[in-house]
Amino acid sequence: MTDVIAERESKVIQGRTGAWEIVIGLEVHAQVSSKSKLFSGAAVGFGAGPNEQVSLVDAAMPGMLPVLNRFCVEQAVRTGLGLKAQINRKSRFARKNYFYADLPQGYQISQFDEPIVGEGEVEVEREDGSFFTVRIERLHLEQDAGKLIHDLSPTESFVDLNRAGTALMEIVSRPDMRSAEEATAYVQKLRTILIYLGTCDGDMEKGNLRADVNVSVCRPGDYEKYRETGSFKHLGTRCEIKNVNSFRFMRAAVEYEARRQIEIIEDGGKVAQETRLFDPTKGETRSMRSKEEAHDYRYFPDPDLLPLVVEDAWIEEIKQSLPELPDDKRRRFISQYGLSSYDANVLISEQARADFYEKAASGRDAKLVANWTTNELLARLTKDGHDIEDSPVPPEHIAELVALIEDGTISSKIAKQVFDYVWAGEGSPKAVVEKHGLVQVTDTGAIETAIDQIMAANPDKVEAVKDKPQALGWFVGQVMKATGGKANPAAVNDILKAKLGV
Amino acid sequence: MSALTNITLKAALDGLKSKAFTSEELTRAHVEAIEKANPHLNAFVLPTFERAIEMAKASDAKLAKGQGGELEGAPLGIKDLFCTEGVRTTACSNILGEFVPTYESTVTANLWRDGAVMLGKLNMDEFAMGSSNETSRFGPVVNPWKAKGSNASLTPGGSSGGSASAVAADLCLGATASDTGGSIRQPAAFTGTVGIKPTYGRASRWGIVAFASSLDQAGPIAKSVEDAAILLKSMCGHDAKDSTSLDVPTPDWPSFVGKSVKGLRIGVPKEYRVDGMPEEIEALWRQGIAWLKDAGCEIVDISLPHTKYALPTYYIVAPAEASSNLARYDGVRYGKRAEGKNLIDLYENTRAEGFGNEVKRRVLIGTYVLSAGYYDAYYVKALKVRRRIAQDFDQAWAKVDAILTPSTPSGAFALGDKAADPVAMYLNDIFTVTANLAGLPGISVPAGLGADGLPLGLQLIGKPLDESTIFSLAGALEQAAAFKAKPEKWW
Repeated sequence: MTDVIAERESKVIQGRTGAWEIVIGLEVHAQVSSKSKLFSGAAVGFGAGPNEQVSLVDAAMPGMLPVLNRFCVEQAVRTGLGLKAQINRKSRFARKNYFYADLPQGYQISQFDEPIVGEGEVEVEREDGSFFTVRIERLHLEQDAGKLIHDLSPTESFVDLNRAGTALMEIVSRPDMRSAEEATAYVQKLRTILIYLGTCDGDMEKGNLRADVNVSVCRPGDYEKYRETGSFKHLGTRCEIKNVNSFRFMRAAVEYEARRQIEIIEDGGKVAQETRLFDPTKGETRSMRSKEEAHDYRYFPDPDLLPLVVEDAWIEEIKQSLPELPDDKRRRFISQYGLSSYDANVLISEQARADFYEKAASGRDAKLVANWTTNELLARLTKDGHDIEDSPVPPEHIAELVALIEDGTISSKIAKQVFDYVWAGEGSPKAVVEKHGLVQVTDTGAIETAIDQIMAANPDKVEAVKDKPQALGWFVGQVMKATGGKANPAAVNDILKAKLGV
Repeated sequence: MSALTNITLKAALDGLKSKAFTSEELTRAHVEAIEKANPHLNAFVLPTFERAIEMAKASDAKLAKGQGGELEGAPLGIKDLFCTEGVRTTACSNILGEFVPTYESTVTANLWRDGAVMLGKLNMDEFAMGSSNETSRFGPVVNPWKAKGSNASLTPGGSSGGSASAVAADLCLGATASDTGGSIRQPAAFTGTVGIKPTYGRASRWGIVAFASSLDQAGPIAKSVEDAAILLKSMCGHDAKDSTSLDVPTPDWPSFVGKSVKGLRIGVPKEYRVDGMPEEIEALWRQGIAWLKDAGCEIVDISLPHTKYALPTYYIVAPAEASSNLARYDGVRYGKRAEGKNLIDLYENTRAEGFGNEVKRRVLIGTYVLSAGYYDAYYVKALKVRRRIAQDFDQAWAKVDAILTPSTPSGAFALGDKAADPVAMYLNDIFTVTANLAGLPGISVPAGLGADGLPLGLQLIGKPLDESTIFSLAGALEQAAAFKAKPEKWW
């Protein structure tokens, strides 16, 4: 662990009284991908009419009882394994008691002191390509609440319980992020892992992945003391910021909150431990409730549910069904295909991209395929608002394009033209090359004729190049122009050199 | 028609099968009895006579063809704690308003599956919280029994007071009840009826308005041990909708009634001899011991050392769970709503108007014992003691097959007598709560009359899932006691 700390660079904020550092921990709520809710058979889905996906249990009718959905447990275990975390053989559901109109039972069934998943870790890459590790404290299962709708009537509020009872995984990190960039990189990485595992769709717009951000500030050196001793006394008082539902907001909220806390301390004040709400329109955080006003949730074991016991054999079974995880895939792409860490990261960031790449790279020059996939294809997809899943150019066509380059049929330059035609739907690279007559001229006779003509027309240049070999480029350009760009550049070079005697 | 109402369930089932009478005749006899008695006893809070006659006719059609379930055509009363599809269910609380469930509790569904007929919903203490049936929104139930030389209205006990009173007064052949700390056994003892709470997990809790989830169990109140066995057999069974329901077969309990109890070892716990217990209760207990000895049982003195902590433990665990279970009654989705100027106001007004004082008291106690700073001292401690109490029993089972105790520390008392003193009221459960805390089956059998002419009961507590043995023992006690007394019909 300590070597990881040593190589990390924290972001320093200069205050009036000296330098400050930010410390961030995250609580990520990820909606479990599941057809039905955590404790009822009601369907989970987006787009149903209000209160159409509500069972008697979700509406907390008298005498209704929760029954645990085994698939949601499997998803939590799968996620825990993906986070290299300890799976607790025995865990327990507890009731978190509070009143709110979106919470029909008057309590949320959650896990308190005995979560299903214990400590794990996530390896995260920074923008500069360096890595850091975020320690996971725990992952637990809990019910989501319903939704209140206030804007349909000036005097009434409406309740939609479709979301009530949906399974969430709350993934709690240690305070291991030192800048807003690290925090967003962590969430992005976590999101990638969840999508790979198929345990959460990661859709932040729909609120299927959301984060509460814990922010505090400390003086340089204090964080290292915390890591050495494990004692939080070395860190500043933290504030929990809610309603941070995009990467952009996360950056804004962290920056604002850190500066707010530094100002308070530098003015001689004390940061109060509290829950704050991020206001995206104003770009600021404001107090929701202080520690004193904090709810007393009166957690206690839910007597309607037995302790949750997961058998070793089942965990093993789930382990066997895990897909290759992003980190493993990245390492494999580097070693198997000889890719740069950057290219590998771009390709593994989505499972579909990685699959696309591997299909295209099969039997081809893997680096060349990576270039074409990351530079041309992904750029074009982003520009036109496509996902890799609905790419107009299938992996077979990228493979074919690279094959044409490899066997010298077309040059890299022509290949770009070919790609454009393929993108436009004119057919496979081979068909496009034929249709537009883009085959590279390797017929030395034709090239020689062109060179002879150019030399005859430019005797002065022929003389000059003998003293100045760099001028060869001009001849290459002329030959390419004369052959419509189809001449094989290597052949042109060779013949030119021989004829010009350079 | 009294000939058709003062018979046991077993006798009625035999009569139906032999076509001595029809279910419609039987049901109409009970309807008539209810109409006559209910203004005085207040046992039924919602008669469902039309439905009863319809169900009876359907049963008769089956019986005529020689078909039908084990309870075909038998009219029963249903405690208002059980959700009944299309029939108002209130747990006798104002907060549920005129709530009509769209679903049927598993236990009652089992009874209808077996052919039983529903006469109506029975009175009870609000949310099953009480030992005298005085906390009901519909007013108290009156015990059909009167003390010798007195005309005072007595309590039938609680919380299943309506069930006990109705069965004792021959208003139904049997009734559903529920028991969280003694709510089946205490009213049974007070009314000269038989009441059994099965092992926790035998009867599904699905569709029963929850009081304290880890303690609540459904069971019957019946006119005889055999009747209780017949009813319990129908009520129990695994239910995937209740995670605490046990996936075990339900034995043929009626066949255990009347079986020899020779050689069974009966534990007599010294801790159940409490201060201030009337001599006649002691005498009854001694008599019970003698009867079982005569039947060939071996009597063993045992110790259940943590018994004295049972009541305080119960009054932490049960309110804690109740405070959370009752949070759903908030005026938002169903039941009563008292408007307010904002959400908090709506909650406060609804719950202030909707809950009665005893329920409020327990919600407050429960909220308190779960609060930060008190949780460890009260709730966690109570759970530890609860485990000790269960361990006491585990140790006892090495030596004995069942335990014999009095059901209650006294006979029925007058309505209003203890209403102002909750602790005196709570003491009613002193002999019964231990079985709930340990999840054990317990049965109360009428064993005699006190000096004032009121019925008294003896309790048998059995090993987990061993209802069979206590049915045999209860049968032996019933036979020995030859309890035939009936309340005089003063209504």
